[in-house]
Amino acid sequence: MKTQNQRAWLFVTPVLLLVAFNALIPMMTVVNYSVQETFGDNLFFWQGLDWFAQVLKSERFHNALGRQFLFTFLILIIEVPLGIAIALAMPRKGPWVPFCLVTMALPMLIPWNVVGAMWNIFTLPDIGLLGYFMNHTLGLSYDMTQDPVAAWVTIIVMDVWHWTSLVVLLAYAGLVSIPNAYYQAAEIDGASNWAVFRFIQLPKMKTVLTIAILLRFMDSFNIYTEPFVLTGGGPGNSTTLLSIDLVKIALGQFDLGPAAAMSLIYFAITLLASWLFYTLMTMNDNKS
Amino acid sequence: MAQITLSNLRHSYSPDPKDDADYALKKIDLTWEDGGAYALLGPSGCGKSTLLNIISGLLVPSEGRILFDDQDVTDLPPAKRNIAQVFQFPVIYDTMTVYDNLAFPLRNRGRDEETVKNRVMAIAEMLEVTDMLRTRAANLSPDNKQKISMGRGLVRQDVNVVMFDEPLTVIDPHLKWKLRSKLKELHQRVKATMIYVTHDQTEALTFADQVVVMQDGEIVQIGTPVELFERPAHTFVGHFIGSPGMNVLPCDVKDGGAFFGGDLINLEGPLNNVSNGKAEIGIRPEFVGVSSNGHGLSARVRKVADIGRHKVVEAIAHDKRIHAILEGEAPNAGDQVSLEFKQSQTRLYKDGWLASTPGEGVQ
Repeated sequence: MKTQNQRAWLFVTPVLLLVAFNALIPMMTVVNYSVQETFGDNLFFWQGLDWFAQVLKSERFHNALGRQFLFTFLILIIEVPLGIAIALAMPRKGPWVPFCLVTMALPMLIPWNVVGAMWNIFTLPDIGLLGYFMNHTLGLSYDMTQDPVAAWVTIIVMDVWHWTSLVVLLAYAGLVSIPNAYYQAAEIDGASNWAVFRFIQLPKMKTVLTIAILLRFMDSFNIYTEPFVLTGGGPGNSTTLLSIDLVKIALGQFDLGPAAAMSLIYFAITLLASWLFYTLMTMNDNKS
Repeated sequence: MAQITLSNLRHSYSPDPKDDADYALKKIDLTWEDGGAYALLGPSGCGKSTLLNIISGLLVPSEGRILFDDQDVTDLPPAKRNIAQVFQFPVIYDTMTVYDNLAFPLRNRGRDEETVKNRVMAIAEMLEVTDMLRTRAANLSPDNKQKISMGRGLVRQDVNVVMFDEPLTVIDPHLKWKLRSKLKELHQRVKATMIYVTHDQTEALTFADQVVVMQDGEIVQIGTPVELFERPAHTFVGHFIGSPGMNVLPCDVKDGGAFFGGDLINLEGPLNNVSNGKAEIGIRPEFVGVSSNGHGLSARVRKVADIGRHKVVEAIAHDKRIHAILEGEAPNAGDQVSLEFKQSQTRLYKDGWLASTPGEGVQ
């Protein structure tokens, strides 16, 4: 008979426990809430999939989801090309490299709520440096606390300021890994700058850019702290993104059932979009 | 197609070179004839890649001029020089097909698709890659990738020179000689000037009609493979070419004769340099005879290596190591033997440079 070695459990159990406590059990609690109604006192009533149906049909959810997609789309379409452009403009060697890298990394090191608070103070129309400058020096009407368009511009610019660096650093890492011979060969082949970008730099950056877009998609789709601190979702509901709306329902209105259903739908959308994107990007890699 | 002249070329990577040691290329005067097959041979770091990059225009020399026929191209960028270069590691455009890769240099220069097609098909046929033209280049094996890199170099008909910078480094040994003979064949077909940079003597000697040997930023000798083998102009060439390399033995020159540890060694002929430099005798292992008849230099055999076609005997005489190559019977390690140097192949070097001339021999 084959002897069974059970010692592997020693190594697996801590991980299992860790994952169970910080992911599986909280997640199952959410699943629990999503199919039941509760009135406190630990009284639960079976609700089936009603909450899911309610969330999916709710106009409020549709609006928040629409704003979420618009936000993510806008920051991706700005941050990815801008990040690539900055990475291309950065020096590849010399004394300025560490300076550029550290400067680029700085915004990412600032805690999220601090970023929100900074931008709030920065943009307040009467006391903020930018707000005062726009309104009183340039004479433009800019008030992110009152005007939805100004609020949107502000959260977009804030995110671009905070996170373009991530795309820059990843794209830069891809660029510096290209051997010099590629540039020399392209020069001898008579390639234009555009051709060098299109046929050498972009293909060599593809892997890191996939990661960059994926990370920026997930992060921006789940973004909460910065817009919450900056605008609190307002004016009105104009910057109430999905996560802000979710917290309003769960902790503001204490509708735990619909909130649980909504967070599961939210999670499924993030997962599905990430999977779709990654699959599409890597589909052609092994094909001839 | 053009004759390439390098005149008074010097290059330093430091912005403010002070003495010779700061120069990667010390002083190069050289002419590459149109249509020749050249090899640039030397150890790593001797300046051969620097020289190549100066010819292609990737580097601008600190001093000196480069002429293609009569045109001064020293300040022209690579794209304007009409040259091709193949690098150590295959450079291919991953996202393109093999066909588009080969067509790339032509399309960049605005050739019409008809011309492009004819040239690409012709080159693909020469390189035997016709069946891969539709494949994406990223999926090729390293040797095929390197073939495509070569193809991009050869696809333009009017290139002045095609340069190869150690192109077989990443290729499997059994494919190496296939590609090497392919290159030789291509040279005969396209008749372009080709310069092949390598530190591998076999590659250099099989590819080239003329081999340029470099050391420490200087050209030591230019010659046919036979000349390099038989009359190395410098002990470095003797060392570097041949396996094992030339025996170089310190000696004293007295009364026109060379003495190695007190034993008189007969040289090929009279000396043309009677300066008081360091004198050395150079003799190739192929021309050292080993016998037990007591004639010649007495030595003790240290070891014998059987390398298949012949045996390499390593003997010690006057505390110096001397190699001899023997066919057939060889002595055993520890044997006492006599070494005889073939007089017509025994040279004298002064400060490294050849100082003896062919002749009847002197006593």
